Amino acid sequence: MPKRTPLYQQHLALGARCIDFGGWEMPVQYTGIVAEHQAVRTAAGVFDISHMGEIWVGGAHASGFLNQTLTNNIELLAVGESQYTLMCNEAGGVIDDLYVYRIANEAFLLMVNASRISADLHWLEYQASNHGEDRSVKVENQSEQTGAIAVQGSATPLFIGELFHGDGLISVKRPGDLVKNQVDAWNFGTGVVYVARTGYTGEEGFEIIAPNEQIVALWDAVLEIGRPHGIVPAGLGARDTLRLEMGYPLYGHELSEEVSPIEAGLGYFVKVDKGKFVGRSALMKQKDERPKKKLVAFKMRDKSPPPRQGYEVYNNLEARKDLKSIASAGLKPQDADPVIGTVTSGTQSPSLSCGIGMAQVHIDRAREGTAIDISIRGKRYPATVCKKPLHKKQ
Amino acid sequence: MSNIPDSLRYAKSHEWVRVEGDTATIGITDHAQAELTDVVFVELPETGRVLAVGDNCAVVESVKTASDLYAPVAGTVLEINAALADTPELANDSPFGEGWFFKLQIDGEPDTAHLLDAAGYAAEIGEA
Repeated sequence: MPKRTPLYQQHLALGARCIDFGGWEMPVQYTGIVAEHQAVRTAAGVFDISHMGEIWVGGAHASGFLNQTLTNNIELLAVGESQYTLMCNEAGGVIDDLYVYRIANEAFLLMVNASRISADLHWLEYQASNHGEDRSVKVENQSEQTGAIAVQGSATPLFIGELFHGDGLISVKRPGDLVKNQVDAWNFGTGVVYVARTGYTGEEGFEIIAPNEQIVALWDAVLEIGRPHGIVPAGLGARDTLRLEMGYPLYGHELSEEVSPIEAGLGYFVKVDKGKFVGRSALMKQKDERPKKKLVAFKMRDKSPPPRQGYEVYNNLEARKDLKSIASAGLKPQDADPVIGTVTSGTQSPSLSCGIGMAQVHIDRAREGTAIDISIRGKRYPATVCKKPLHKKQ
Repeated sequence: MSNIPDSLRYAKSHEWVRVEGDTATIGITDHAQAELTDVVFVELPETGRVLAVGDNCAVVESVKTASDLYAPVAGTVLEINAALADTPELANDSPFGEGWFFKLQIDGEPDTAHLLDAAGYAAEIGEA
């Protein structure tokens, strides 16, 4: 029996088609992926992200503990701020990528991937038990009792304020005053909800994290006040095309315990100078030595089927005239034309009207502008390595 | 409810067939296009290719997934719908009309015993 979010009945009433997503019955689309995608790019969309995990970390030394468990520097956060960060194993492999919100000086809310909640908890508790000098760190999984929605699109700042009365409980007055990565709390119904200026679409937007009991009322209210601004409910299908156009990673595609943040191009979020943290020596070594492979974004050059996860990447056929000499040197064809990478995610970009994707490729083929081939059902289609984001705001 | 024209025959794998003389026209059903949504690419067989019933002969790609198409009847590929190359959305907008996929030259009476009529297909997709 798949798990359902508090919004399941809303999804059905809105005509959603649901799919299994990591054990959750989630809406993949309501009217259509492209229409929902365009609504977010031009106006507004609301996503149910209640499947995601919420883990609270608190206690007198919570910040010190998190700084030794996560790769970004938590001391860069004031109360009411958040950051993207990664949790790595000792070898530098990614256990999860997440957002950490500093709600109080020593109280942090971690928003993690649905599929990784138990792995994260296991790792956090293991690290907490090793955090020798102090047993006061408390890790609490609130995922079952907590839901969330993402309200995304350039129109969202125009109406988000209508959701709440009064000033924020942390620092700002109105939700629209929040700057990127800032978070505050408001009373809503009988509960306290957190509103963060964060998202996974590349557009302006907010993520609202709330107790399950408040989620249906929040969702209905967002659709109501957003209606004059063109808001639509948007499913996981549009969430995927939107994040891919931005080149944002998705755990299980771009990230895994076998891939490091350095190889995934997320070195910016690994602060090796902050002091000791799990995976530091492995990650420092990679930063110094240049990794063997790198995650890149790419665009298909011509009309082609959309690239998909698992497709093989080769050198571009036209650009490999040099391979003739390799062949004449007596090497086998597979030596002359080896697989140089693998597609980690791909789709047809609704904004660019062409195939786009991300791929893990050999470091020598990772430079912007490099011509590559994607093998789709045995046929090669040319593509170009591109700078992220693939879609630039108008 | 999807559109299921009475005049056509249907495969359980959601292809439709229209037989006229020794030609069979093949496409995907309204139900299939609605399930797929946003068709963005169609890969069609080469003309001249000889297909047996059930041969994997085309691929229809939506934003989300790639789905295989199987030959509902046997024959030789006579013509493909070239318009799908530039406007794959025809498969969504007009699945039984301009969004047809390919035509087969059939030898004699086609074997359609394994195919469903409109009522049978409606039952198959739970719309009876």
